[in-house]
Amino acid sequence: MALDREDVKNIAQLARLELSDEDIGQYQTDLSNILELVEQMNAVNTDDVQPMAHPTDAVQRLRSDVVTETNQREKYMSNAPAQENGLFLVPKVID
Amino acid sequence: MEWEVVIGLEIHAQLATKSKIFSGSSTAFGSEANTQASLVDLGLPGVLPVFNAEALAMAVKFGCAIGADVNKVSVFDRKNYFYPDSPKGYQTTQLHHPIVGMGAIDITLDDGSTRTINVTRAHLEEDAGKSLHEDFQGMTGIDLNRAGTPLIEIVSEPEMRNAKEAVAYFKKMHSIVTYLGICDGDLSQGSMRCDCNVSLRPKGQEEFGTRTEIKNVNSFRFVEQAINVEIERQRDILEDGGVITQETRLFDANKMETRSMRSKEVANDYRYFPCPDLLPIVIDDDYIAAITDTLPELPDAKKQRFMDEQGLSEYDARVLTATRELATYFEETAEKCGDFKLAANWVMGELSAALNKNEVDIQGCPISSSNLGAMIARIKDDTISGKGAKSVFAALWNLEEGDKKGDDVDALIDSLGLKQVSDSGAIEGIVDDVLANNASQVENYISAEPDKRGKMVGFFVGQVMKASKGSANPGMVNKVLKQKLDEKC
Repeated sequence: MALDREDVKNIAQLARLELSDEDIGQYQTDLSNILELVEQMNAVNTDDVQPMAHPTDAVQRLRSDVVTETNQREKYMSNAPAQENGLFLVPKVID
Repeated sequence: MEWEVVIGLEIHAQLATKSKIFSGSSTAFGSEANTQASLVDLGLPGVLPVFNAEALAMAVKFGCAIGADVNKVSVFDRKNYFYPDSPKGYQTTQLHHPIVGMGAIDITLDDGSTRTINVTRAHLEEDAGKSLHEDFQGMTGIDLNRAGTPLIEIVSEPEMRNAKEAVAYFKKMHSIVTYLGICDGDLSQGSMRCDCNVSLRPKGQEEFGTRTEIKNVNSFRFVEQAINVEIERQRDILEDGGVITQETRLFDANKMETRSMRSKEVANDYRYFPCPDLLPIVIDDDYIAAITDTLPELPDAKKQRFMDEQGLSEYDARVLTATRELATYFEETAEKCGDFKLAANWVMGELSAALNKNEVDIQGCPISSSNLGAMIARIKDDTISGKGAKSVFAALWNLEEGDKKGDDVDALIDSLGLKQVSDSGAIEGIVDDVLANNASQVENYISAEPDKRGKMVGFFVGQVMKASKGSANPGMVNKVLKQKLDEKC
């Protein structure tokens, strides 16, 4: 399946990536190639195969419901570019 | 044209675990911003989620309670989107293999009729943080304390046909999750939120109309209002020949309107895929059976028992079992006084009125169930009159915390001088005095037509009550008066 320029722009928008016009052409080729590779796998008959959620045969281990984390706010916020009153500040978003 | 309304609800209920769904951070409400956000909750690179066993148990408990198929294998998926209150860039949720499959609950409408509403599914997922849009240097503040709080999202079939049914459904779910103890049910703190899907179709048409989704409605009243204004809005558009846009809307309770929430420049595309950091959750029959054994008596069963064994009306039983707290309070009161009907009258009458007037809920009720029960027992054994009980009730309501009298209703009745005189000798004495002091009224009584006499007794009752300072047992006063007056005729 070949992607057109609009598909690439849409994917970039979903990933919040800014692409230049020159980049779009390159991504169009690269991503289309990946999809072609995936399409080759569609040739394999999987009628009797259950879809798997994970490649290993293991099941999820559980932890008991205990609070183990302590307040590390100062450390965790030390990388934040902007903060106030213990809040992370981000550009205004109202969706 | 006659329109049929179609409503489906998605209810998010925060699970009452101590720690988060995938991390050991506390889920306590009201802490200082970002003090309960760990590396996992912040979505820092290199961390791995580990699933909380209690969140699983609570979700399974819910499934068992609504008679649903609990899936022995369920899978976490990533729902990908960018929003600053979800720093990982995706929400961990369950798309194709939810923990709870199809179930059903019965809802009861105001007229006492019931309807079964099917529940499509309930899945586990994580809550997002909070965005604070007040002005922080022109930026948005992010508090991630709530990020990673476990939720179950309960999805109904689109089977409700008006706002009242939707509210009844929401209330019933609220009642079930609080009875189960898997959610604190505090709507004001966002512990339960409701998304309402609303559409209209011409009556008789099979196919659904285009729906809109009203997001995050957080009170029973708002659910009813939001749905009703949205029905009106859609009907106006459709009757003008317009079309409904499928979109997410927000309810504004001040303006009594719903409005579009997001500009649809780019359609949402969540690109779900199984979460590679989490393995499938596998449970067996023994696990489900063990959870089933822990189920408490649920509201429907309790209501039925109150009706069948205690003779309460359907309405009374429904009101008294609406929340676990009220049901527990009522049951303790009733057991203490030994009379469910009398207890029901007091809890639904005087007590509810006082709670409403003072804007407190049953958890904040200043009168303990044990004291109310003890007081009702004294009405039952004629120690106090109904009127005297109101004074005792008011005194109990206003007792200072730690007041010794609070532990002893009998001492309180004594100190208020409300103990009824039920001693027949004492009452006869007062009656004799009253009759002697009101000779002319007695003459009138004797000369009156027998069918008029009944009304005239009231005067003497009043006089006796006055003479006894209200302490005489009115039933006994009536009896003694009738007897003495009739002797004179």
